[in-house]
Amino acid sequence: MVLILRRPRSGRLEGHNPSDRFLGRKITPLTRRRLDSFCRNRRGFWSLWIFLAVFLVTLFAEFIANDRPFLVRFDGAWYFPVFTDYPETTFGGEFPTAADYRDPAVQKLIRAKGWMLWPLIPFSYNTINYDLPSPAPSPPSSVNWLGTDDQGRDVLARLIYGFRISVLFGLVLTVLSSIIGVAAGAVQGYFGGLVDLGFQRFIEIWTGLPMLYLLIIMASFIEPNFWWLLGLMLLFSWMSLVDVVRAEFLRARNFDYVRAARALGVSNSLIILRHVLPNATVATITFLPFILNGSITTLTSLDFLGFGLPPGSPSLGEILAQGKANLQAPWLGLTAFFVLASMLSLLIFVGEAVRDAFDPRKVVL
Amino acid sequence: MRQARGTAPLLEIRNLSVTFAGRGGARPVEAVKRLSLSLDRGESLALVGESGSGKSVTALSILQLLPYPLAAHGTESSIRFAGEELVGSTPEELRRVRGNKIAMVFQEPMTSLNPLHTLERQIGETLLVHKHMAPAAARERTLELLRRVGLPDAESRLGAYPHQLSGGQRQRVMIAMAIANDPDILIADEPTTALDVTIQAHILQLLKDLRDRFGMALFLITHDLTIVRKMADRICIMTEGEIVEAGPAAQIFARPRHPYTRRLLAAEPKGRPPRADPAAPDLMTADDVRVWFPIRRGLLRRVKGHVKAVDGVSLRVKKGSTVGVVGESGSGKTTLGLALLRLTEANGDIRFAEHDIAALGQRQLRPLRREMQVVFQDPFSSLSPRLSVAQIVEEGLKVHRLAASPTERRRLIEAALVEVGLDPQAAERYPHEFSGGQRQRIAIARALVLKPRFVVLDEPTSALDMSVQAQIVELLRELQTRHSLAYLFISHDLRVVRALAHEILVMKDGKIVEAGPAERVMRAPEHPYTRALMAAAFDLATVPA
Repeated sequence: MVLILRRPRSGRLEGHNPSDRFLGRKITPLTRRRLDSFCRNRRGFWSLWIFLAVFLVTLFAEFIANDRPFLVRFDGAWYFPVFTDYPETTFGGEFPTAADYRDPAVQKLIRAKGWMLWPLIPFSYNTINYDLPSPAPSPPSSVNWLGTDDQGRDVLARLIYGFRISVLFGLVLTVLSSIIGVAAGAVQGYFGGLVDLGFQRFIEIWTGLPMLYLLIIMASFIEPNFWWLLGLMLLFSWMSLVDVVRAEFLRARNFDYVRAARALGVSNSLIILRHVLPNATVATITFLPFILNGSITTLTSLDFLGFGLPPGSPSLGEILAQGKANLQAPWLGLTAFFVLASMLSLLIFVGEAVRDAFDPRKVVL
Repeated sequence: MRQARGTAPLLEIRNLSVTFAGRGGARPVEAVKRLSLSLDRGESLALVGESGSGKSVTALSILQLLPYPLAAHGTESSIRFAGEELVGSTPEELRRVRGNKIAMVFQEPMTSLNPLHTLERQIGETLLVHKHMAPAAARERTLELLRRVGLPDAESRLGAYPHQLSGGQRQRVMIAMAIANDPDILIADEPTTALDVTIQAHILQLLKDLRDRFGMALFLITHDLTIVRKMADRICIMTEGEIVEAGPAAQIFARPRHPYTRRLLAAEPKGRPPRADPAAPDLMTADDVRVWFPIRRGLLRRVKGHVKAVDGVSLRVKKGSTVGVVGESGSGKTTLGLALLRLTEANGDIRFAEHDIAALGQRQLRPLRREMQVVFQDPFSSLSPRLSVAQIVEEGLKVHRLAASPTERRRLIEAALVEVGLDPQAAERYPHEFSGGQRQRIAIARALVLKPRFVVLDEPTSALDMSVQAQIVELLRELQTRHSLAYLFISHDLRVVRALAHEILVMKDGKIVEAGPAERVMRAPEHPYTRALMAAAFDLATVPA
């Protein structure tokens, strides 16, 4: 995987190589220099790969931590309980409800006529382990590697699912707020004048709205789910990029090549897309990892306060809250703390490396 | 190592070489190669060369101001000032020389002055550092210096900040700072390039006076041969880091020996515009064009007055002929060009080939944009750095749907590149891989590919080297004859205008002060301002305007 980002070193001295490609796209020498500079920053480079690897693994959380086996061989037929629900009667049980594969009775039935393959961690985020050696929250053991929380659910399983939902939430929020932010900044900066003035005043008022109270009020009307939270936070998070993009556009709209494009008769939207927007990408990309960090932290803190995802959902903030409520079970707080701290640090390292790679003043001798 | 004074010249450079380490693994660049020259008291030496020839690097190495260790001198390099070796001497010794014995004036006076310091502090600093003067004495001396460099109203200007001064005044302040400690050598690195011609003449006169009065040695770095002819006793011609010819000024101008020198001397824009048909129809006519920018003041932002960038200008450009617009910076030349193309809001009657374009909306204008194009001054900012040459040139073709198929578009692009004298292979490369002159050719190709009838040329040669200027002028003339193009040629450089324009408009403060056939305006200018402009441009003479 590491090889995708790199190019054989021999090519570097030759100057511009017109067929230089990155991920299949033609790139300019400038982009190549930035990529090289990013790769030379060892800390950021490895942070990116570690983060991507962990994220990729958690994307397949159902295959790593689940309370149902992913493959069952029963009576000469194959079953995939991860993908489909099978009624207990399929395996010769008594109830037409979905089979509970953790039930010793069901296990006995399947074992009699075949076998099943369990994931590494035989718990899902909401599986309650009923045979704990000590009352919940129970300390780490060979069954629950990081212990259980106060409802007897496996901490490691909740961690994996929680990490996934946090990062996904962060990514979606970052992408959406960047799109809105860049578009708003572009319009303000490019057209300037009254459009700019009006928009700026609107943003000033809008930032004054207290988001937390809005969420608390909303929480009393509806049960906030992933998309509700995303929408609500999006209402307020798109403004972080507006100022940067606006400034770049204000600067770039008077460039000679923009004027030349106007003299050619190119339409405003095309000028924005082709000539001005590329100027703002550096600022935008530099900001992205930090916005991602901010989004993840916001979701975590809402969950910690209890205004986040619905009860029962796996989340890092919820584990933190349990850690606070159960100081006698330090594995809860410590786990959440270390995972959060290392995830945010990795992202910050990546962000620093990206920022340095895009910094033209940074000369590497 | 010290030598007896008197016999050795004041400044002697022997075998100076400067090498810059390459960035990010690139090859090291040898900026100066084994350069030797000497300079004596009371002498003016001009180091002449085009951009990138290593002139400024040479000047900076005299004061050891290069970014060491990125830059390095060769082992045999030696720079002796009054017998004292400067290469590799300690910071303390250098500080004694810098600004004290050898002073320097830079090209861009705006960026060379600290914007947060008043004039008194700027100039006083060197006095306090080198002469350990008491503040009161330093103030007295500052005033004297400001008077000496001819800054009007010196007393009240002591508290002024750089942004409150004009370009010429800032350059005077720079010179006052440089001569504050009565240096033996004054290094002037393109001291007038950023200034208007009339101001340039004044500054050069000042430098000359100072040299004669105080017996300073003047080390002048320039690319402008007119200045050299006027100012220098001796000339060193420099190209690609080497001095190819050196000698007394008169001799070099009369009998250049090295081919490069000959090329440089021949490169001054010469010739006259191609004959234009006097009966040709008017292509672009403008009547009483006004571009006023409102000045808003107060709480309610009411309009309190206007900056009249263009104030009642009328002109007509015939098919196949050139109208030259000359004037100094801030005279509204560029704004006029933009107004004619409707790239800025303007009032007045503007007609382009039967269309009243002042009344058209931007959308209705779009089909007409094909026929009127513009080439800007700075080829480094007028080409998008992220698009390849082909993408830059094809943009207009795409907008106006001038090519039926990608193959035809490709053919048109290549034809345009060939027409401006570029290799069609260049299409896949990016602007930063080209020199200034080549980039200006790309910009011209972008305009030409649309087959326009009217082109606004906004100082298309000012950012280029002398020899390249001549080539671009030649190219523009050729294109005009071939396609019977009409040009509006905006420039402050009267030489180039003379080589291109059939008619001349002289602008001052947004108004036309004189207009007429080029020959007549050049030969017998009527308005005093035009006369001052001509005198400054061609003889570097100062005429009180």
